[in-house]
Amino acid sequence: MAGLDLTGRIGGVDVSIIYFSLLLLMSACAYVLARGRAAEGARDRSFHSRPTYHGLLAFSTVALPMFAVFVAGAFLTQLVAERQALAALDPALVADSLRRGAALRQIADILSGRPVSGDVSALAAAVDTARSVRQIAAAAIYALGLAAGVAGLLFALRRITPDFKARNSFERLVSIVLMLCAGIAVLTTVGIVFSVVFETFRFFQRVPPLEFLTGTHWSPQTAIRADQGGSSGAFGIVPLLTGTLLISTIAMLVAGPIGLFAAIYMAEYASPRFRAIAKPVLEILAGIPTVVLGFFAALTVAPLIRVAGQSLGLDVASESALAAGLVMGMMIIPFVSSLSDDVITAVPQSLRDGSFGLGATKSETIKRVILPAALPGIVSAFMLAISRAVGETMIVVMAAGLAANLTFNPLDAVTTFTVQIKTILVGDQEFDSAKTLAAFALGFVLFFFTLTLNVIALAIIRRYREQYD
Amino acid sequence: MNDIAPLAVPPEQADAPRPKITARNINVHYGEKHALKDVSVDVPEKGVMAFIGPSGCGKSTFLRCINRMNDTIPICRVTGDLRMDGRDIYEPGLDPVLLRARVGMVFQKPNPFPKSIYENVAYGPRLHGLAGDKTEIDEIVVSALKKASLFEEVKDRLKDSGTSLSGGQQQRLCIARAIAVRPQVILMDEPCSALDPIATAKIEELIDELRTNFTIVIVTHSMQQAARVSQRTAFFHLGKLIEDGVTDQIFMNPRHELTRNYITGRFG
Repeated sequence: MAGLDLTGRIGGVDVSIIYFSLLLLMSACAYVLARGRAAEGARDRSFHSRPTYHGLLAFSTVALPMFAVFVAGAFLTQLVAERQALAALDPALVADSLRRGAALRQIADILSGRPVSGDVSALAAAVDTARSVRQIAAAAIYALGLAAGVAGLLFALRRITPDFKARNSFERLVSIVLMLCAGIAVLTTVGIVFSVVFETFRFFQRVPPLEFLTGTHWSPQTAIRADQGGSSGAFGIVPLLTGTLLISTIAMLVAGPIGLFAAIYMAEYASPRFRAIAKPVLEILAGIPTVVLGFFAALTVAPLIRVAGQSLGLDVASESALAAGLVMGMMIIPFVSSLSDDVITAVPQSLRDGSFGLGATKSETIKRVILPAALPGIVSAFMLAISRAVGETMIVVMAAGLAANLTFNPLDAVTTFTVQIKTILVGDQEFDSAKTLAAFALGFVLFFFTLTLNVIALAIIRRYREQYD
Repeated sequence: MNDIAPLAVPPEQADAPRPKITARNINVHYGEKHALKDVSVDVPEKGVMAFIGPSGCGKSTFLRCINRMNDTIPICRVTGDLRMDGRDIYEPGLDPVLLRARVGMVFQKPNPFPKSIYENVAYGPRLHGLAGDKTEIDEIVVSALKKASLFEEVKDRLKDSGTSLSGGQQQRLCIARAIAVRPQVILMDEPCSALDPIATAKIEELIDELRTNFTIVIVTHSMQQAARVSQRTAFFHLGKLIEDGVTDQIFMNPRHELTRNYITGRFG
């Protein structure tokens, strides 16, 4: 027997696809039937809801239970199949967590027909058990699912009466679906925060927080070789903090003035024609993938700085904070300019008129009326740009280097939070060493940092938003 | 409609006070639109002159020619001869920024800067270097606020934001802001249209006080307001100046039928 297995295939077609086709087909039938019946009934007397709503509601009462049966069934199947398979295995093997995991993966591979390496004869009994569990479960899911669908259909058809408020019921259903979507987004955020916090907590059980926050030496590799997490004081984030701040400062020194002045020109001086061309081009700059900017920093800007530095008799590292900062500054120019442009344009024309009417020139008006009025928005634009710079990874990975130097010299190589997180997590890692957990702690610090900046930016916007209204 | 051609200079003009502003054949185009057609009028020195007329008649456009505010609109083109104290306002060498320091403007909607009350008034004097030190600026601010009848209401909160005032107070702040630059002419573009009747009465009272020191030109939608505050009135219709003269004469005994129809409320 080909096997009615949810993860298997019948005639080359995935079984779950068949189930979902059935689901759609039955739901569609329910829609047509219910709408037809409501339309027919409405000929004789007036219905509260239009036939379409009866149809849509019938569609949902078939589709949702069938979907629920599938999700719950698939989850239960996996649980039961695994337990039964383990019961059929050698207890010695089950006791060893590593070998147990490997065996379960191999069983799953055999069941889904993927090639398996090595001798798997010892698993034969377990494979058979799991397979039979799955087959039974699949049959049960089909039976239950179809029953749920039919029941839903009958239920929906019975409810088609003149007084039934199908329109309101469907409305409620829609709002529940929307709420679930919103809930997923919120839960994801909460989940990410909690996982980072949890791992950070585990890290702080190995490395004291004070040492982490105030240590001036960062070298996670030596810690792992000594096999004594953190004892050598290798997890001090101060060099990373200075590196991050140095690069972000350079970036903001580039992007702040250029972005702001570009925004002032665009909003106040540029002709509509120039604006129509220049604004999209500036937005293309925002669309350049940071990897590409990273090449540019590492292969073009960094050598240029090195050559320029050498001609001045300066010793420039081939990967320098300056190169990364300059290119990162270019990256965030569009953020600063586009957000600032928006807030400057939002300053009411009446304020400009008032200032011109008093005999102020254009630049006096900009300097003394428009920029002060737009300042909250500009500050928040800067904040968002900074948090963007702090969180940027690819450019610094490619252009800033890995050396955790505690320096404020922009010509040296420095490293940042993001670079270290990436470096730590690339490649095979054990997920309970201090080194790996350090990545989460760094992520937490970074998250905290950008969150703070964003909160401040939002607070500033909210505080001063209505000032000129 | 050939009867809406402007009349010849009326005989009253002869005994009118010396003109502060003289306009001859002013035409304004906004792109293709001919907004103002051959307007010739004299604005006498010291006193209030009102421009009335239905919406879109060109009265605000003409007002904005006097301090060259139309310069800020790229598609706007002004031709004709417009003089203040005999000097051509549109002569190439004249800096509109300096002109605007002598011709203040108050707008339809109160537009205080989002700064303190004090800073709002000090803005102009600082720009033009009218005061040497802090005490001089203080004096200018206080005297301008007094002249605008606002000082008593705000003297304890000069550091508060100008936008925290009521609409009528904001408009008087804008008048104080204009006065502080010591202009000779103050242009008012429907200064009361966003205000309630009580605030309007205060502004009108203020305008009446200011006319002894300033030449005031006020654009208004309200004929009653024109009758109350002005000594001379000009009636605009479809971009043309229909007639102008002493306010009482315009309202009691208009020469032109269009003016009579407008004043008696038959249109507009």
